[in-house]
Amino acid sequence: MKAHLTRRYMFSASHRLHSDEMSEEENRVTYGKCNNPYGHGHNYMVEVTVSGPVDDQTGMVCNLVDLDGFVHTHILERYDHQNLNLLSEFVEQVPTTENLCMAIYEIVKRGFRQAHLEKIRIEETMMNSFEYSGENSR
Amino acid sequence: MVYLTRKAEFSASHFYHNPEFTPEENQRLFGKCNNPNGHGHNYTLEVTVKGAIDRKSGFVVDLKQLKDVMSREVLDAFDHRFLNKEVPEFLTRIPTTENLAIAIWQRLAPKLKGAQLHRVRVYETPDLFVDVYGEA
Repeated sequence: MKAHLTRRYMFSASHRLHSDEMSEEENRVTYGKCNNPYGHGHNYMVEVTVSGPVDDQTGMVCNLVDLDGFVHTHILERYDHQNLNLLSEFVEQVPTTENLCMAIYEIVKRGFRQAHLEKIRIEETMMNSFEYSGENSR
Repeated sequence: MVYLTRKAEFSASHFYHNPEFTPEENQRLFGKCNNPNGHGHNYTLEVTVKGAIDRKSGFVVDLKQLKDVMSREVLDAFDHRFLNKEVPEFLTRIPTTENLAIAIWQRLAPKLKGAQLHRVRVYETPDLFVDVYGEA
Protein backbone atom coordinates (compact mmCIF):
# COMPACT_ATOMS: atom_id res chain seq x y z
CA MET A 1 0.00 0.00 0.00
CA LYS A 2 1.14 3.52 -0.80
CA ALA A 3 2.02 5.78 2.12
CA HIS A 4 2.64 9.51 2.47
CA LEU A 5 5.38 10.48 4.91
CA THR A 6 5.58 13.99 6.33
CA ARG A 7 8.49 15.48 8.20
CA ARG A 8 8.52 18.90 9.88
CA TYR A 9 11.56 21.20 9.96
CA MET A 10 12.15 24.68 11.36
CA PHE A 11 14.25 27.59 10.24
CA SER A 12 14.39 31.28 11.11
CA ALA A 13 14.90 33.99 8.53
CA SER A 14 14.17 37.64 7.82
CA HIS A 15 12.53 39.27 4.84
CA ARG A 16 10.92 42.44 3.58
CA LEU A 17 7.99 42.41 1.21
CA HIS A 18 8.60 45.04 -1.44
CA SER A 19 8.02 44.98 -5.18
CA ASP A 20 10.07 47.13 -7.56
CA GLU A 21 7.07 47.09 -9.90
CA MET A 22 5.04 49.21 -7.48
CA SER A 23 5.46 52.77 -6.20
CA GLU A 24 6.51 53.38 -2.59
CA GLU A 25 2.91 54.21 -1.76
CA GLU A 26 1.54 51.08 -3.49
CA ASN A 27 4.08 48.95 -1.62
CA ARG A 28 3.00 50.42 1.70
CA VAL A 29 -0.67 49.88 0.93
CA THR A 30 -0.13 46.33 -0.36
CA TYR A 31 2.31 45.00 2.22
CA GLY A 32 1.64 47.17 5.29
CA LYS A 33 4.03 46.38 8.17
CA CYS A 34 5.76 43.77 6.00
CA ASN A 35 7.06 46.65 3.88
CA ASN A 36 9.03 48.25 6.75
CA PRO A 37 12.41 49.07 5.19
CA TYR A 38 14.65 47.09 7.53
CA GLY A 39 12.68 43.88 7.31
CA HIS A 40 11.51 41.51 10.03
CA GLY A 41 11.77 37.78 10.76
CA HIS A 42 9.82 34.60 11.29
CA ASN A 43 10.31 31.09 12.60
CA TYR A 44 9.27 29.15 9.55
CA MET A 45 7.98 25.58 9.92
CA VAL A 46 8.35 23.55 6.73
CA GLU A 47 6.52 20.28 6.18
CA VAL A 48 7.86 18.06 3.42
CA THR A 49 5.48 15.29 2.29
CA VAL A 50 6.82 12.47 0.12
CA SER A 51 4.98 9.38 -1.04
CA GLY A 52 5.51 5.97 -2.58
CA PRO A 53 5.02 2.27 -2.05
CA VAL A 54 6.34 0.96 1.27
CA ASP A 55 9.47 -1.12 0.62
CA ASP A 56 8.99 -4.75 1.76
CA GLN A 57 12.56 -5.03 2.98
CA THR A 58 12.76 -1.83 5.02
CA GLY A 59 9.12 -0.95 5.77
CA MET A 60 9.85 2.58 4.55
CA VAL A 61 8.76 4.99 1.82
CA CYS A 62 12.31 6.34 1.93
CA ASN A 63 15.04 6.39 4.53
CA LEU A 64 14.43 9.30 6.88
CA VAL A 65 18.18 9.80 7.19
CA ASP A 66 18.31 10.55 3.44
CA LEU A 67 15.37 12.98 3.60
CA ASP A 68 16.74 14.74 6.70
CA GLY A 69 20.20 14.95 5.11
CA PHE A 70 18.84 16.43 1.88
CA VAL A 71 16.67 19.01 3.66
CA HIS A 72 19.46 20.04 6.02
CA THR A 73 21.96 20.49 3.20
CA HIS A 74 19.71 22.08 0.59
CA ILE A 75 17.00 23.88 2.54
CA LEU A 76 18.01 24.59 6.14
CA GLU A 77 21.61 25.53 5.38
CA ARG A 78 20.38 27.77 2.57
CA TYR A 79 17.63 29.60 4.48
CA ASP A 80 18.29 29.37 8.22
CA HIS A 81 19.37 32.68 9.77
CA GLN A 82 19.48 34.40 6.40
CA ASN A 83 17.89 37.49 4.94
CA LEU A 84 15.70 35.98 2.21
CA ASN A 85 15.77 39.16 0.09
CA LEU A 86 19.50 38.67 -0.50
CA LEU A 87 19.17 35.15 -1.94
CA SER A 88 19.29 34.67 -5.72
CA GLU A 89 15.71 33.32 -5.99
CA PHE A 90 14.36 36.51 -4.43
CA VAL A 91 16.28 39.06 -6.47
CA GLU A 92 13.43 39.23 -8.97
CA GLN A 93 10.52 38.01 -6.88
CA VAL A 94 9.14 39.08 -3.53
CA PRO A 95 10.01 36.65 -0.68
CA THR A 96 6.41 36.01 0.28
CA THR A 97 5.77 32.63 1.84
CA GLU A 98 3.91 31.69 -1.36
CA ASN A 99 7.11 32.22 -3.37
CA LEU A 100 9.22 30.56 -0.67
CA CYS A 101 6.93 27.53 -0.78
CA MET A 102 7.40 27.21 -4.55
CA ALA A 103 11.18 27.74 -4.30
CA ILE A 104 11.53 24.98 -1.71
CA TYR A 105 9.23 22.71 -3.75
CA GLU A 106 11.48 23.16 -6.80
CA ILE A 107 14.67 22.40 -4.84
CA VAL A 108 13.25 19.20 -3.33
CA LYS A 109 11.56 18.12 -6.58
CA ARG A 110 14.78 18.52 -8.58
CA GLY A 111 17.20 17.07 -6.05
CA PHE A 112 15.50 14.43 -3.90
CA ARG A 113 15.14 11.21 -5.87
CA GLN A 114 14.38 8.60 -3.20
CA ALA A 115 10.60 9.24 -3.12
CA HIS A 116 7.94 11.26 -4.93
CA LEU A 117 7.47 14.80 -3.61
CA GLU A 118 3.78 15.36 -2.83
CA LYS A 119 3.70 18.71 -1.13
CA ILE A 120 5.51 21.50 0.67
CA ARG A 121 3.60 23.23 3.45
CA ILE A 122 5.00 26.22 5.31
CA GLU A 123 3.71 27.88 8.46
CA GLU A 124 5.02 31.45 8.51
CA THR A 125 3.36 31.97 11.87
CA MET A 126 0.89 29.86 13.82
CA MET A 127 -1.87 31.76 12.02
CA ASN A 128 -0.66 31.55 8.39
CA SER A 129 0.19 28.51 6.34
CA PHE A 130 0.83 27.90 2.66
CA GLU A 131 0.93 24.74 0.55
CA TYR A 132 2.26 23.94 -2.90
CA SER A 133 1.94 20.57 -4.62
CA GLY A 134 3.13 21.46 -8.12
CA GLU A 135 1.00 22.63 -11.00
CA ASN A 136 -0.84 19.36 -11.58
CA SER A 137 -2.00 18.96 -8.00
CA ARG A 138 -5.51 18.04 -6.95
CA MET B 1 -19.35 14.63 1.42
CA VAL B 2 -18.32 15.47 4.96
CA TYR B 3 -15.09 14.34 6.65
CA LEU B 4 -14.86 13.53 10.34
CA THR B 5 -11.60 12.94 12.22
CA ARG B 6 -11.22 11.19 15.55
CA LYS B 7 -7.92 11.23 17.46
CA ALA B 8 -6.50 8.68 19.86
CA GLU B 9 -3.16 8.11 21.53
CA PHE B 10 -1.17 5.00 22.29
CA SER B 11 2.30 4.35 23.62
CA ALA B 12 4.35 1.43 22.40
CA SER B 13 7.88 0.21 21.89
CA HIS B 14 9.52 -1.18 18.77
CA PHE B 15 12.79 -1.67 16.94
CA TYR B 16 13.69 -1.99 13.28
CA HIS B 17 15.41 -5.16 12.12
CA ASN B 18 15.27 -7.26 8.96
CA PRO B 19 16.55 -10.82 9.55
CA GLU B 20 17.47 -11.05 5.84
CA PHE B 21 20.13 -8.36 6.33
CA THR B 22 23.48 -8.77 8.07
CA PRO B 23 23.90 -7.07 11.48
CA GLU B 24 26.05 -4.43 9.76
CA GLU B 25 23.42 -3.74 7.11
CA ASN B 26 20.71 -3.48 9.75
CA GLN B 27 22.83 -1.06 11.73
CA ARG B 28 23.68 1.04 8.67
CA LEU B 29 20.09 1.18 7.45
CA PHE B 30 18.22 1.61 10.70
CA GLY B 31 20.81 3.27 12.98
CA LYS B 32 19.62 3.78 16.56
CA CYS B 33 16.24 2.25 15.65
CA ASN B 34 18.04 -1.11 15.32
CA ASN B 35 18.79 -1.35 19.06
CA PRO B 36 17.39 -4.86 19.79
CA ASN B 37 15.99 -3.95 23.19
CA GLY B 38 13.66 -1.48 21.55
CA HIS B 39 12.61 2.06 22.30
CA GLY B 40 9.23 3.75 22.57
CA HIS B 41 7.02 6.53 21.31
CA ASN B 42 3.80 8.25 22.23
CA TYR B 43 1.88 7.77 19.02
CA THR B 44 -1.08 9.89 17.98
CA LEU B 45 -3.60 8.28 15.67
CA GLU B 46 -6.03 10.27 13.54
CA VAL B 47 -8.77 8.38 11.75
CA THR B 48 -10.74 10.29 9.13
CA VAL B 49 -13.99 8.90 7.75
CA LYS B 50 -16.17 10.40 5.03
CA GLY B 51 -19.78 10.18 4.05
CA ALA B 52 -23.03 11.96 3.55
CA ILE B 53 -24.81 13.36 6.58
CA ASP B 54 -27.64 11.13 7.76
CA ARG B 55 -30.86 13.17 7.64
CA LYS B 56 -32.32 11.76 10.83
CA SER B 57 -29.24 11.81 13.09
CA GLY B 58 -27.25 14.64 11.51
CA PHE B 59 -24.16 12.41 11.76
CA VAL B 60 -21.64 11.26 9.18
CA VAL B 61 -20.89 8.37 11.49
CA ASP B 62 -21.85 7.40 15.01
CA LEU B 63 -18.81 8.73 16.88
CA LYS B 64 -19.34 6.29 19.74
CA GLN B 65 -19.21 3.39 17.32
CA LEU B 66 -16.06 4.80 15.62
CA LYS B 67 -14.41 5.26 19.01
CA ASP B 68 -15.29 1.71 20.06
CA VAL B 69 -13.91 0.22 16.82
CA MET B 70 -10.68 2.22 17.21
CA SER B 71 -10.32 1.07 20.82
CA ARG B 72 -11.05 -2.57 20.11
CA GLU B 73 -9.13 -2.96 16.85
CA VAL B 74 -6.13 -0.69 17.47
CA LEU B 75 -5.65 0.60 21.01
CA ASP B 76 -6.32 -2.70 22.80
CA ALA B 77 -3.76 -4.37 20.53
CA PHE B 78 -1.09 -1.65 20.35
CA ASP B 79 -1.18 0.41 23.55
CA HIS B 80 1.62 -0.37 26.01
CA ARG B 81 2.87 -3.23 23.83
CA PHE B 82 6.21 -4.15 22.30
CA LEU B 83 5.01 -4.07 18.70
CA ASN B 84 7.63 -6.49 17.31
CA LYS B 85 6.71 -9.21 19.78
CA GLU B 86 3.04 -8.69 20.63
CA VAL B 87 1.24 -7.54 17.47
CA PRO B 88 0.79 -10.28 14.85
CA GLU B 89 1.42 -8.03 11.80
CA PHE B 90 4.86 -7.12 13.11
CA LEU B 91 6.12 -10.63 13.67
CA THR B 92 6.91 -10.58 9.95
CA ARG B 93 6.84 -6.87 9.02
CA ILE B 94 9.02 -4.11 10.43
CA PRO B 95 6.92 -1.80 12.67
CA THR B 96 7.84 1.43 10.89
CA THR B 97 5.34 4.27 11.03
CA GLU B 98 4.45 3.45 7.42
CA ASN B 99 3.63 -0.17 8.31
CA LEU B 100 1.74 0.91 11.45
CA ALA B 101 -0.50 3.17 9.36
CA ILE B 102 -1.10 0.37 6.85
CA ALA B 103 -1.86 -2.20 9.58
CA ILE B 104 -4.30 0.22 11.23
CA TRP B 105 -6.00 0.86 7.86
CA GLN B 106 -6.34 -2.90 7.31
CA ARG B 107 -7.75 -3.43 10.79
CA LEU B 108 -10.29 -0.58 10.58
CA ALA B 109 -11.50 -0.64 6.96
CA PRO B 110 -13.55 -3.87 7.22
CA LYS B 111 -15.01 -2.98 10.62
CA LEU B 112 -16.40 0.50 9.97
CA LYS B 113 -20.12 0.69 9.36
CA GLY B 114 -21.92 3.60 7.73
CA ALA B 115 -19.06 5.88 6.76
CA GLN B 116 -16.10 5.12 4.55
CA LEU B 117 -12.53 5.21 5.81
CA HIS B 118 -10.73 8.14 4.15
CA ARG B 119 -7.36 8.49 5.85
CA VAL B 120 -5.29 6.98 8.64
CA ARG B 121 -2.63 9.33 10.00
CA VAL B 122 -0.08 8.13 12.55
CA TYR B 123 2.24 10.58 14.30
CA GLU B 124 5.35 8.90 15.69
CA THR B 125 6.49 12.29 17.03
CA PRO B 126 5.05 15.77 16.45
CA ASP B 127 7.62 16.16 13.62
CA LEU B 128 6.99 12.89 11.80
CA PHE B 129 3.76 11.41 10.54
CA VAL B 130 2.49 9.03 7.87
CA ASP B 131 -0.82 9.13 5.98
CA VAL B 132 -2.42 6.24 4.12
CA TYR B 133 -5.52 6.50 1.94
CA GLY B 134 -5.83 2.80 1.02
CA GLU B 135 -4.16 3.38 -2.36
CA ALA B 136 -2.61 0.28 -3.95
